[in-house]
Amino acid sequence: MNHETMQHLQAMAIRVRESIIRMATNGGCFIGASLSCTDLVVYLYTRFLNVNKDNLEDPQRDYLFLSKGHDVPALYGTFAEIGILEKDRLRNHLTARDDLYLHPNRNVPGIEFHAGSLGHLLSVATGVALDCRLRGQGNRVVVITGDGELDEGSNWEACLIAAAQKLDNLVIVVDRNAFQANVETEALIPLEPLGDKFEAFGAGVRRVDGHDFAGMDAAFSAVPFCGGKPSVVIADTVRGRGVPSIERRADRWFCDFTADEVEALVRELHGEAGAELTSETLIVR
Amino acid sequence: MTYQHKLKEIVLSDPKYLVMTAENRGPLRNIIDDLGSRFLDVGIMEQGMIGTAAGLALRGRVPIVHSLSCFLTMRAFEFVRTDVGLGKLPVKMTGTLAGFLSEANGPTHQSIEDIGLMRMIPNVNIFCPADELELCEALPIILESPQPWYIRFNPRRPVERATVAFAVGQAEVVRKPGEVTILTYGALFEQAYAAALRLERNGISTGLINMRTLKPVDECAVVAAAKESGLLVIVEDHLSTGGLYSIVCETLVAQNCCCPVVSLSLNQRWFKPLLYHDVLDFEGFSGEKLAERIAAAWEGLASQEPG
Repeated sequence: MNHETMQHLQAMAIRVRESIIRMATNGGCFIGASLSCTDLVVYLYTRFLNVNKDNLEDPQRDYLFLSKGHDVPALYGTFAEIGILEKDRLRNHLTARDDLYLHPNRNVPGIEFHAGSLGHLLSVATGVALDCRLRGQGNRVVVITGDGELDEGSNWEACLIAAAQKLDNLVIVVDRNAFQANVETEALIPLEPLGDKFEAFGAGVRRVDGHDFAGMDAAFSAVPFCGGKPSVVIADTVRGRGVPSIERRADRWFCDFTADEVEALVRELHGEAGAELTSETLIVR
Repeated sequence: MTYQHKLKEIVLSDPKYLVMTAENRGPLRNIIDDLGSRFLDVGIMEQGMIGTAAGLALRGRVPIVHSLSCFLTMRAFEFVRTDVGLGKLPVKMTGTLAGFLSEANGPTHQSIEDIGLMRMIPNVNIFCPADELELCEALPIILESPQPWYIRFNPRRPVERATVAFAVGQAEVVRKPGEVTILTYGALFEQAYAAALRLERNGISTGLINMRTLKPVDECAVVAAAKESGLLVIVEDHLSTGGLYSIVCETLVAQNCCCPVVSLSLNQRWFKPLLYHDVLDFEGFSGEKLAERIAAAWEGLASQEPG
């Protein structure tokens, strides 16, 4: 990846993060997980997936399923950047005049399927990948899961099916931000060694820094990692990435900030001093 | 008194109680440390939690499990039915964010079939508190019961009014049956109460019944309301099939009792995801909107009567 491309992606990711922060008010959003997967989503839509505003109905397009649906602000922000969603619509978040709410739904252009109940879309993506293969089409099917989401047993059932069907057109991306909703994953339901688990379930696995575009480029260029096997990219990320005031804070998962806090967080994103946050921390799911 | 404090008081009073959650810590956030080893977070796995709770109950424990209502009643449904219901185990299942309380989360999180699902399971009882005070008052009785219970968790503040002591299977007649009588439960009680006052001011005498336990249901209260009113209005943030409207219709048919019944509920659809009061307004369930809809139903009924 050349320097110019890298700078382009980094600048876009900053703009998407700003959009996410601006959605974390007047009702709020799941800001922590949205910021952890931002670079992944920006990378995938600009460099990996054959998806654009003109081919959203094309059966030959690639697919991205966001299984940990609560990070949908990262999708809204990215879609606004690449022309799939009108930028003005981001201001409609949580209002009756639009369908931009806390989880994905198909009234929003570019969203392939609704999500929100964890552990659903890995099996849905498996079905889509299976049909693409049965039709002899070359689509790639990507599904982003959370790491806490992997607690749900349905994910592992889908892995067994995908391996049995030898779906090497399926790419499972784990946003490994190391947090459940309220606590660190390793303190509650330890997932490591996560790569070994996926390998034991029949996948090819690579681990990358989910904020390093060059590293992601190297990994995704090598898909499928093993012929005849689904690929798993475990992307190590930081919850709340880009805004140190909320990075890795268990209590800043779902946030509903005041207007002043939003402006302070945006300034912090752009390199100014850390925001002082006084709004109530919310621990819900 | 909050749910958390009442729960902690009861749980710490007897080692048979265990508090469990499938990483839904919101309703427990302030008591987790105090509960110590009597608290178990199993992670995001509702089926696993219900099965584990059943195993604990087989050994004499009374687990009080917590999850979002949608995942508790739907994802884990067969485990609730087969392990808890068929096993007749005293597992207490607290479902959060039911009905309109899921606000802007969207249809994946909208638990609007929970009453229908849970009441179909033999042995499983259902409690739908109108507010947190009622929840706290009933909690010792529910937890001490040998039955499995589904609790439609509701942390909203109570409406200021005189209340009747909680008893299983007894509805609370808040306002005596009138020309119109509203039957409701859970968080919408607050809005139904406001609607009843508004209707009364507008010249329509209006009764109000807080159903409290939907299973066992207070059949006597339902039949009495039907006999004494010109119209029963069911108000619920639930699908119109399977919930209180179904319960009332089944009860009236079984008791050979006939009365016009109107259902203000969700008819084969999910609701618009918005913040709570925006949902109430958009969907026509604020006190004001309910009063308008009920008045229209009552006037429509009156205009149909012969002569």
